[in-house]
Amino acid sequence: MKIIVGVKRVLDHNVKVRVRADGSAVDLENVKMAINPFDEIAVEAAIRLREEGVASEVIVVSIGPDKAQETLRQALAMGADRAILVPFEGTTEPLSVAKTFKALAEQEGAGLVMLGKQAIDDDCNQTGQMLAALLDWPQGTFASGLKVSGEEIEVVREVDGGLETLALALPAVVTTDLRLNEPRFASLPAIMKAKKKPLDTITAESLGVDLAPRLELVSVAEPPARTAGGVIAANAAELVEKLKTDAVIA
Amino acid sequence: MAILVIADHDNQSLAAATFNTLGAAQQIGGEIDLLVMGAPCAAVTTAAAAIPGVRRVLSAEADSFANPVAEAMAPLVKGCAEGYSHLLASNSTFAKNLMPRVAALLDVPQISDISAVIDADTFERPIYAGNALAIVRSQDPIKVITVRSTKFEAVAESGGSAECLALEVPAAASRARFVSRTEAQNEGPELGTARIVVSGGRGMGNGENFALLDTVAAKLDAAVGASRAAVDAGFVPNDYQVGQTGKVVAPDLYIAVGISGAIQHLAGMKDSKTIVAINKDPDAPIFQVADYGIVGDLFEVLPELDAAL
Repeated sequence: MKIIVGVKRVLDHNVKVRVRADGSAVDLENVKMAINPFDEIAVEAAIRLREEGVASEVIVVSIGPDKAQETLRQALAMGADRAILVPFEGTTEPLSVAKTFKALAEQEGAGLVMLGKQAIDDDCNQTGQMLAALLDWPQGTFASGLKVSGEEIEVVREVDGGLETLALALPAVVTTDLRLNEPRFASLPAIMKAKKKPLDTITAESLGVDLAPRLELVSVAEPPARTAGGVIAANAAELVEKLKTDAVIA
Repeated sequence: MAILVIADHDNQSLAAATFNTLGAAQQIGGEIDLLVMGAPCAAVTTAAAAIPGVRRVLSAEADSFANPVAEAMAPLVKGCAEGYSHLLASNSTFAKNLMPRVAALLDVPQISDISAVIDADTFERPIYAGNALAIVRSQDPIKVITVRSTKFEAVAESGGSAECLALEVPAAASRARFVSRTEAQNEGPELGTARIVVSGGRGMGNGENFALLDTVAAKLDAAVGASRAAVDAGFVPNDYQVGQTGKVVAPDLYIAVGISGAIQHLAGMKDSKTIVAINKDPDAPIFQVADYGIVGDLFEVLPELDAAL
């Protein structure tokens, strides 16, 4: 079984987000970029399935600028077998990304597509669900546990108030949540080896997909700063008294 | 213009977030219908019909909906969509799982997690873990939207009498099978809707120490939450997590204990009305958003707090 894993190049999660002065977008000039953390978990999960002998090949795919090759190389260094870059400059939207993955999943004959549950830039949390709908495949979103047995994959899902387990007939789409695994660090030899692994470029046009955004981004702004009251109490008794005086608690 | 709101429920009662979602629908304006999918869900349909401002309740009761499986539900929602300008649902895991599947079947983008309605086509939504706010406009004839419930006032629960329509649910084979559900064993109110939340971070040291928070929480009738650092360290399960990748909460009072205040945690709680921080590091970023604070060792402060309450 082939597994396709999506990896998005995003602003590193430790970098402070700054909005461009003209309010058109978040400033991504000269800042550290990284693999979307949820996608990294998906890469790790796919590699583990190959190591268990469930999967035969792990193909990582990114839609983005030339520099997304770095993100793909990082996934290759973790252990993915080959990579595909679909070149695109600008903001991608989940629906067109899902259409791209649909075309690639069909072209490759993938048995499983794994994606992070959301990208930490646009926070959409849509692509996996959309892809599953377009392929008419079952979906296991927000996964914190996975088990493939025969023609089925059992997915433990993080849902409000607890955990839910679904059994999906393969082929299927899985989106990964935080607790699924802890991604490995790539070793230096693995990083060197990753440079020689195949990285193909496939255009969206050749897949019949239009990646131009359909939603209009009117503006981006910093959220209003919260003004802290900054009242420091010496001890718990004083705190409780202040909270009562200010009618925060009864 | 008419809006279809997809109800969030447990086959017994409507989730609180549904009332906030209806609040968002009222801001968009137009007739509002409510779709209830479940089985057996007659009690939910009855409750839904009592909500003022709801024109019609569409009730889709079928065994295949006994558990909320998106593969079974999405085609029904798509089938109902005609004639509506907006499909709205909350930002629960139920809706997050279902709505993008519906949007893709309709071939329209989804607008996730809106925090404000500018006009019927234009919405504000947080991006980058709430570190930026985007205004987006959709020209699509039907807009599929999920709503950040904490950003909208809930509508009244009773006083209305909407018309109820039972929908035919076509039988469909689903390749997803529900196996089981495990409820988290949490006492006290639910994290997402509690009036007071007491959260612990990495400073709690281990999972056993969360018992200190439980005692304080019990006295305040508060829910217990945690930072991602505490969840990652294995102190508590993930459903405790407050933050961009966990739950976004906005209680009247949020007490952060041993939480430094990482950006991703602040994104999940900075809309709380009052924030109290207890941390031994006076330079911890959490103090920059806190209304009240104690600089001190939480293992001394928590028992004192428990005694003072």
